[in-house]
Amino acid sequence: MSEMKYHNNFLKEVEERVEEGHMVKMCMQCGVCSGSCPFGPHWAHPPQELFMMIRAGKREEVLSSDSMWMCTSCYQCIVRCPRKLPITHIMHGLAYLAKREGLAPKGQPTAEFGQMFWDNLTKDGRVNELKLSLSLYFKDGFGQGVKNAMAMQSVGMGLMKAGRLNPMEILGGHKIKDKSGFHAMLKKAREIEDARRKLA
Amino acid sequence: MTEVVATNQTILVVGGGISGMTAALEAAECGKDVVLVEKNPVLGGRVSQLYRYFPKMCHPVCGLEINQRRTKMNPRIRVLTMAEVTGISGQKGDYTATVKISPRYVNENCTACGECAKAAETDIDDAFNYNLGKVKAAFLPHKMAYPQRYVVAPSVVGTPEGDKIKAACKYGAIDFGMQEETLQLKAGAIVWATGWKPYDAAKIQPYGYDRFSNVITNVEFERLADPHGPTGGKILRPSDGKEAKNVAFIQCAGSRDENHLRHCSRFCCTASLKQTQYVREKFGDEAQSTVYYIDIRAIDRFEDFYAKVRADQSVKFVKSKVAKIVQDEKTGDVVLHGVDTEGYHRYANTHDLVVLAVGMDPEVQGAQVPAEVAADASGFLVSGDANGGIFGAGCATNALDVNRAVQSATASALRAIQVINKVASVEG
Ligand SMILES: Cc1cc2nc3c(=O)[nH]c(=O)nc-3n(C[C@H](O)[C@H](O)[C@H](O)COP(=O)(O)OP(=O)(O)OC[C@H]3O[C@@H](n4cnc5c(N)ncnc54)[C@H](O)[C@@H]3O)c2cc1C
Ligand code: SF4
Ligand code: SF4
Repeated sequence: MSEMKYHNNFLKEVEERVEEGHMVKMCMQCGVCSGSCPFGPHWAHPPQELFMMIRAGKREEVLSSDSMWMCTSCYQCIVRCPRKLPITHIMHGLAYLAKREGLAPKGQPTAEFGQMFWDNLTKDGRVNELKLSLSLYFKDGFGQGVKNAMAMQSVGMGLMKAGRLNPMEILGGHKIKDKSGFHAMLKKAREIEDARRKLA
Repeated sequence: MTEVVATNQTILVVGGGISGMTAALEAAECGKDVVLVEKNPVLGGRVSQLYRYFPKMCHPVCGLEINQRRTKMNPRIRVLTMAEVTGISGQKGDYTATVKISPRYVNENCTACGECAKAAETDIDDAFNYNLGKVKAAFLPHKMAYPQRYVVAPSVVGTPEGDKIKAACKYGAIDFGMQEETLQLKAGAIVWATGWKPYDAAKIQPYGYDRFSNVITNVEFERLADPHGPTGGKILRPSDGKEAKNVAFIQCAGSRDENHLRHCSRFCCTASLKQTQYVREKFGDEAQSTVYYIDIRAIDRFEDFYAKVRADQSVKFVKSKVAKIVQDEKTGDVVLHGVDTEGYHRYANTHDLVVLAVGMDPEVQGAQVPAEVAADASGFLVSGDANGGIFGAGCATNALDVNRAVQSATASALRAIQVINKVASVEG
């Protein structure tokens, strides 16, 4: 029975590798966070349950849960938690760990969009909103993409009229000046974070 | 003018609840002179506002009566009611306390015949019943009141109603000439026993105590169950006076919460267990109580009591801190929302009435005591040499049930006695 298989050290791992993960053990299982979450009925595990699963060493189940990806950052749980757990932050930290470990649920829309946003932003150092919207619309195939784009047509036209959306952005789009410097910064930041969180 | 004899061999006890009475009696029965200062018109404190006592389910009046008798019989205790200590100067063995006495407008001629109350016309809030009902502007705070003496509200002074009240008294007991007085008293040691107050439930926003009439507190529930209470002992809910047979109890309402009271108030689990038995007593097999809890803390020997309540078919336990309460405006029913910890089931449960098991806040925060005393983060007094000859007792020092409050009071009496003995040995 190898440790890798049973992951009895999952709580320790969360404490080390997840931002503010050291607060997980402070949870007293009262349930206020779960009852207060506006998304509560729509996800697999409420925060209270996730925290208990972490303690129980259920690594795969926790990291492949869709719950962290459903968090809207409304902060209701943090405001009400009698133990002042930074629940929202822990949720985001868990989502990041899940992503890095390749355990985030496949096809989870928030996870997918997060990746798209990141790729879009880091490519040229600027968010290209036109390309970002289009990649979101067309992520489920061409036919669905056309339907999505048609449905959003009036919004797009409005944005264009107001000068908030430039159709020319489709041809490359605006960029920052020092792209290679920006990429070097990102690389360094990632190295630092990876070393700190033992993620490499 | 109120005459009080006090020296630096006198023990001043502030607060006349069960703790202050106990400290005063223990010291006086050991031969010390005691002045007992109580803010209310009567002694007994919050214990006199309970219907029954855990764990034996006896009536608290019984224990109080014994203490009232002991107080009455003991010439060494001087009781000052409607009095507050506003200043303390000096040091251990030699204090001077400033005591402010509010006028009662009724002197010791009062026989408690009640004619003045019959003559009174206006109603005022009934503080004894946590303002759930009204009393006449001339009133006896409660049936067991000690001293058995009426009080006249300042609002009728100088009015035709006041004249009528005065004329109704055959014993010349009504005295509108009484003024607020300020006394300076000597004392060698001071026992501070100002007790507790219920945590302000309105601060727990998702429970809507200030918005929903059928969300009440545990102290109010004691008054509803008491035959001397505003409903004559019937458990009727405030919105429509309907019998509340299906009652929810929410534990840790404010306690164990970084946003409210940090401490566990200790008594409230057992108090709610006790209150489920009130529902049982009134409605028999129709009674339904549900206790929503994080974990039941029925401390040490109260575990037996918990086991007894557990076995009662009318009582259900849900392991969950309720997230939110909504009251249905049409039916008046209250719906509790949350997720339980045993299986993580989402619930929306309907009840007739919700009782919030609010915790204990110190009535006087440590920082408000008019002397240098140490206090913890919640404002309860902590003991230590820095306090000199001032000793905390009962719920002024911690959230305690009566048993523990009385133990703490006896301990503080012993400490105060030691100070007085030292003073006496020096003075010979
Ligand atoms: C709902 C409920 C049910 C409970 N049931 C039980 C039970 O069944 N069994 C049990 O053992 N315990 C029970 N308790 C606990 C019990 O009420 C306390 O242990 C008890 O009241 C403590 O007594 P005390 O004298 O320390 O404080 P208090 O009863 O608060 O007395 C303090 C006294 O000091 C006076 N005072 C306050 N400030 C001043 C001031 N500035 N100057 C002068 N006087 C002042 C007050 O007027 C009061 O008379 C219950 C509590 C609650 C809330
Ligand atoms: S509200 Fe806080 S203490 Fe309660 S279950 Fe959620 S995280 Fe744990
Ligand atoms: S005694 Fe019970 S209800 Fe009261 S604070 Fe402690 S755990 Fe909560």
